[in-house]
Amino acid sequence: MSIWVFSEETNGLPSGGSLELITKARTLGEVAVFYLGAGSDAAWATLGDHGAGSVHHLDTGDVLPSGPAAAAMAELVSDATAVFFGMGNTDRDVAGRLAARLGRAAVSNGLDVSMDGTVTVASEILGGTLEVITEVTAESPAIVVMRPKAFAAEPNGGAAPVVYAVPLVDVGRAGAATVTERHVEESEGPALGEANVIVSGGRGLGSADKFAMMDELAGLLGAAVGGTRAVVDAGWVPYSYQVGQTGKTVKPSVYIACGISGAMQHVVGMKGSSTIIAINKDPDAPIFALSDLGVVGDVHKVVPQLIDALKARA
Amino acid sequence: MNIAVCVKQIPDPATPYELDDENHWIIRPEDQVLDDTDRSGVEVALQLAEATEGTVTLYSMSPSGTLQGIRQALAMGADAAVLIDDPALKGADALTTARVLAAAMQQEGFDLVIAGTESTDGYSGIMPQMMSEILDVPCLSFARKVDAGDGSVTIERQTSDGFDVVEAPIPALITVTAGIEPRYPTFKGIMQAKSKPVTTLTSADLGITNTVHQVIRSVEPVAARTAGEIIEDDGEAYLRIIEVLEQAKVV
Repeated sequence: MSIWVFSEETNGLPSGGSLELITKARTLGEVAVFYLGAGSDAAWATLGDHGAGSVHHLDTGDVLPSGPAAAAMAELVSDATAVFFGMGNTDRDVAGRLAARLGRAAVSNGLDVSMDGTVTVASEILGGTLEVITEVTAESPAIVVMRPKAFAAEPNGGAAPVVYAVPLVDVGRAGAATVTERHVEESEGPALGEANVIVSGGRGLGSADKFAMMDELAGLLGAAVGGTRAVVDAGWVPYSYQVGQTGKTVKPSVYIACGISGAMQHVVGMKGSSTIIAINKDPDAPIFALSDLGVVGDVHKVVPQLIDALKARA
Repeated sequence: MNIAVCVKQIPDPATPYELDDENHWIIRPEDQVLDDTDRSGVEVALQLAEATEGTVTLYSMSPSGTLQGIRQALAMGADAAVLIDDPALKGADALTTARVLAAAMQQEGFDLVIAGTESTDGYSGIMPQMMSEILDVPCLSFARKVDAGDGSVTIERQTSDGFDVVEAPIPALITVTAGIEPRYPTFKGIMQAKSKPVTTLTSADLGITNTVHQVIRSVEPVAARTAGEIIEDDGEAYLRIIEVLEQAKVV
């Protein structure tokens, strides 16, 4: 069986999510990677080390990649059993275009996948309260979009893969968008996806400046700062802080939710945390239903007390 | 500029939806509401229409016959709506939905298509991209800001560590995040919405059949996390938080 994995370059290397998918794919069959980005020997070595046998490399430069990437992949993956994508923005763009181009099924939000005669995908709905098993009935390849951290990325010491260059062909209108500027919004402290402790803020904080309090608490705990979609949409913190359905999926040792009600789309991104502590003034907030410690109280009182107490210990 | 906006009517998110036993499809009540995330799409479309003396047409596939959510979007200021209302489309997956909406837009004509990034009830998050492929237009996705130029559009596209500025000629498709604050309908808008034109089409009008690409085999409850200790802050709750942090060995 041949399985393709889409991998977008992130900081010069394959995205962490794609390494998770390659790790899973190698247990199911031969793994070929469609790699989008500048590419490098280090990138190829990392892909091989996780189990990729071959890499097909496309660099679209300043052309918005989804149109040309989907067109190129459609030519390559016709004999594959399945094509795996992550939930990244470009992953979803290429997955959707590829599925429509091939007229194939696309199953989203996958948490597990099996290929026992047919491709079946496990996912969760309603904030992770129900597990759904979906069977792909259309012809192969099945296109499966998997959630981050569904699998752990583990090297298996594989050899360097064979690398093929994929030419950038003119796809007409579908490739007519250009990236004219790129901006990186810096954040301090550990990366959200890797942090052992996360301090996360929601609407209940009241205003953007209250995130200073989150930063201070995070600094004392060596934690990363996260936020809900509501505070990202409100412009209080950048999108890179977002935890949840459309943001990051995190599984830290401790997740401290401050002024977060616990909307389903947030919960799916953090319910795998080992210990959840929630502070919210509404005793009926859904976040309390999954908290190990729930404090019904005012974040503007409890968090400063916590900060002072931690400072006194330092 | 002739702007097409995808809108979805969904069960009120305040009440969790239920699935039918046979096909595991969402049971859609009569009184569905406009998906909140679509309000930003309607807002962007209205701003672009105002800047370019254009029109805004809503497109929705809604097999339950309800119009409440569509009227909510018309009340914000959209000019007209095209509703694909057909029992044959019940249970349609993302690809069939994309084919239906794209066919309706091709039939009616468009310069720009605007959609949310994903619906609140199904959240597959790939339907607009499928439409862009079918319509053969660039997909300017995850836009947190949209500006119309002369025959072109420019967006700020969210990336994992910041944002890119992306530009494309029209026709194009844009997906917008919920960061763009939508306007509230005025009383006048609500009254006018009642008489705005709503065209109803069936899948046969568009020559689309509801092809099955995937089947839900089972739906089972997941062992949920259970609530632990809940305490009311008496001024010393922070001490209990520190104890829990100590138990977790992070302080």
